[in-house]
Amino acid sequence: MNSLSRRKFLKITGATVGAAAVITGSGKALFKGADKVNKKIVKGIKKIPTYCDVCFWKCGAIAYVKDGKLWKIEGNPKDPLSKGRLCPRGTGGVSAHYDPERLNSPLIRKKERGEEKWVAVTWGEALDYIAKKMNKIKEKYGPESMALFSHGVGGTFLKHTIKAFGSRNITAPSFAQCRGPRETGFELTFGDVVGSPERTDIKNSKCLVLIGSHLGENMHNTQVQEFAEAVEKGTSIIVVDPRFSVAASKAKYYLPIKPGTDIALLLAWMNVIVKEKLYDIDYVNKYGFGFEQFAAEISQYTPEWAYPETGIEPELIRTTAREMALYKPATLVHPGRHTTWYGDDTQRSRAIALLNALMGSWGRKGGFYLPYNYSVPKYKYPPYPKPEHEPVDNPNHKYPFAEGELLSTGIREATITGKPYPIKGWMVYATNLTQSLPNREETIKAIQNLDLLVVVDIIPSEIAGWADVVLPEVTYLERYDELNTASFRQSFISLRQPVVDAPGDQKPNWWIAKQLAERLGLEKYYPWKDIEEYLDTRLKGAGLSLNELKKKGVVTGPKEPIYFDEGIEPEFYTPSGKIEFYSLQLAEAGFDPVPKYKRPEQPPPGYFRLLFGRAPVHTFSKTQSYPLLHHQMEENVLWVNTDVAKRFGLKNGEYIKLKNTDGVISNKIKVYATERIRTDCVFMVHGFGQTSKQLKSTYLRGASDSQLITRYNTDPIMGGTGMNVNFVTFEWEV
Amino acid sequence: MARYAMVIDTTKCVGCQDCVIACETENNVPEGYCRDWITTATSGKFPTVQLEIRSERCNHCSEPPCVTSCPTGASHIHDVGGVVLVNHDECIGCKACLASCPYDARFIHPDGYADKCTFCIHRVEKGEDPACVSVCPTHCMHFGDLDDPESEVSKLLKERKYHTNLPEAGTGPNIYYLI
Ligand code: SF4
Ligand code: SF4
Ligand code: SF4
Repeated sequence: MNSLSRRKFLKITGATVGAAAVITGSGKALFKGADKVNKKIVKGIKKIPTYCDVCFWKCGAIAYVKDGKLWKIEGNPKDPLSKGRLCPRGTGGVSAHYDPERLNSPLIRKKERGEEKWVAVTWGEALDYIAKKMNKIKEKYGPESMALFSHGVGGTFLKHTIKAFGSRNITAPSFAQCRGPRETGFELTFGDVVGSPERTDIKNSKCLVLIGSHLGENMHNTQVQEFAEAVEKGTSIIVVDPRFSVAASKAKYYLPIKPGTDIALLLAWMNVIVKEKLYDIDYVNKYGFGFEQFAAEISQYTPEWAYPETGIEPELIRTTAREMALYKPATLVHPGRHTTWYGDDTQRSRAIALLNALMGSWGRKGGFYLPYNYSVPKYKYPPYPKPEHEPVDNPNHKYPFAEGELLSTGIREATITGKPYPIKGWMVYATNLTQSLPNREETIKAIQNLDLLVVVDIIPSEIAGWADVVLPEVTYLERYDELNTASFRQSFISLRQPVVDAPGDQKPNWWIAKQLAERLGLEKYYPWKDIEEYLDTRLKGAGLSLNELKKKGVVTGPKEPIYFDEGIEPEFYTPSGKIEFYSLQLAEAGFDPVPKYKRPEQPPPGYFRLLFGRAPVHTFSKTQSYPLLHHQMEENVLWVNTDVAKRFGLKNGEYIKLKNTDGVISNKIKVYATERIRTDCVFMVHGFGQTSKQLKSTYLRGASDSQLITRYNTDPIMGGTGMNVNFVTFEWEV
Repeated sequence: MARYAMVIDTTKCVGCQDCVIACETENNVPEGYCRDWITTATSGKFPTVQLEIRSERCNHCSEPPCVTSCPTGASHIHDVGGVVLVNHDECIGCKACLASCPYDARFIHPDGYADKCTFCIHRVEKGEDPACVSVCPTHCMHFGDLDDPESEVSKLLKERKYHTNLPEAGTGPNIYYLI
């Protein structure tokens, strides 16, 4: 499951049409050595191409260095993701470099975990300490007892070291706490995942359906740019959201759905489309499997049936279903990205996939295109040791369709229970686990079972506060990283390279990973001298060179067909080789072969469902201290419907606290009374209310949704944690 | 003579604040201040709500009270494009202009002079767009010369419905919002 490698599209090799050079001057002398880039201060303005890391979209950028100092960063016009324009986080990313609260030197804990008391040590001392502890864990429990939580491209080399050490327990919360259900739902249906960047052809869609997906507040750059293009072209936009999002304000139809009832709406839409024969009949006949059973099953789900569940008038359900059909196959029902909501999320994602299948949009212009990635040979390493045990996260394949990526919550559980085998060491890279996993207390409980917790971070994050060893990393503006060869409309390859020197004793991830490996006796896994040699070797394998990439930043491959209609032979990597309207795989594993709706638990009287989402200027809980982004949004606010606010006597702008049904009380948060949300839920932006005392600018600013998410419904199909299942009420003592 | 203006398409703007941040870095705006900002106007009753998001800044008014109220002549209309600028050396920081501007577009820079949006005249004179316009990921901002009937801004104002902010103040604002 979930492996893009099975895709059979023609992969291209190095022969390319190059992008034009961005740097004109002689910048070469600047890049000697990996750590010091601007030793000699160069007068004037230097433009250095790189790619952004403020989120995981990896937009191509050009940094401006003025008289040796980082000035600003802009999009690289040659980059297919940014098309010359960064999102606000990318533009404000320069302040990551200037963040006065950055970690400066390695730290070893000297008091209790979580007390945030450390001694500053040298890199040698810190790495020796970690290596010694890791070897002890290996001796006592085996190498698999060391786990790595890693998010983003910067974790590439730490993953390599951990695999060489003998563990496959490597995970990112971006699967089971984010896009996992979507990938599983689409793979079960079409035999392939959506991937990142999403293969959604937004700019060519004639009808765009967004279900909870708040593009414009969620700033994944290319998608937002294409969304704006769609708005300008007059694309018919249908937004389904309990909150009147920015996207809703651009929509032709806004459906203010009752939270948790999306599957009912999706079933009713499909009911109308099938009953009125509005689907792409040729496409379904040709590529569909089990359509008859599917059609029989959904015939019961009329708009009248869905109305009391969803609160959406039957006529509006019919009108919007017909609207979608009008524009098929250029009707894109967006699969969303953060999809871990209620615990039945794989089935909701499957329903979305099936609706797209009815529209015939998979593989079609304005729907889902077929992406390409730039083929660059991997660096040849000796084989990793064979692990003795299976990964720890999903014992006995309890979640049968969770293959391909590991469950972060599964590793946490094993750390608590010691079963199926103990996990005694965590290394954490670029993921703030107390904020990114549900139920903070469980995370802390797991941490207390560890013999070693290493956190590699840029700032003293909340999770760093719990670490035994904190390793300060340089920012993306100060280092090389692995190449970006993500799948997209057109294959491309982009380079991240250092733009300025790190201000202190921070080190790049590749250096940390290599140094650690050498201390663990794993030096044979690092045959290269430094990352420049590594990158150059890989690039030469693709007929390119590091020098070329350093100048251009990005190289694109040829334009190739991306739609079935352009001559691509449709292939579906499902057991039937077709689009599975009826899933035998699911039926055999004891799940519903066609999605079913189950009414979600409702808030007790006086309580409201807690919903959370994104703001354009922050990424998760990692950017709140970056000065330029901090000043745009210093804390989050609580969205409450004006009538509810009136009823409870909440004044706009006053601080309150929230209490959930488990009695957990949040930090104080400002009331934002608004007409832009339903009366049965409240909303806040994720990532605030952080508890790291070292991070003064964000310490207890706003409230943390993660703290209030003490409950989660686990998706039985793939182990995702549905987190929109917590209810809160208001507390006035602040 | 050119008459510079901005035409901003509120139907495309998502309020992402990229324009604000780009201005901060481009112009080294001191921490805690801004030359442009986002205003969100909500009307109606849930679920029938209307939202207008506007990227706002100095309107580079054709009849600017900030210029007439300035006792030293530091605030002036630039000879290129009618852009309203402040000459830092002549400004005494008396705040008369702050008081007279109906748009609250000005602030006193920590170095003691009145500061505000310059339409990025240093870029415009090199043939570039202002920083906010060139960063906007939704391409909703347009900059150009209203005296040129062939300019994009002139055409947009001919083809589309628009409004300005506080036209009743009579200052002749030159930022136009397409609706
Ligand atoms: S979407 Fe924004 S933050 Fe993410 S990589 Fe692109 S510019 Fe950077
Ligand atoms: S950058 Fe563009 S879309 Fe974003 S707030 Fe400014 S004007 Fe609106
Ligand atoms: S908006 Fe204010 S500061 Fe700008 S020209 Fe008009 S009156 Fe002067």
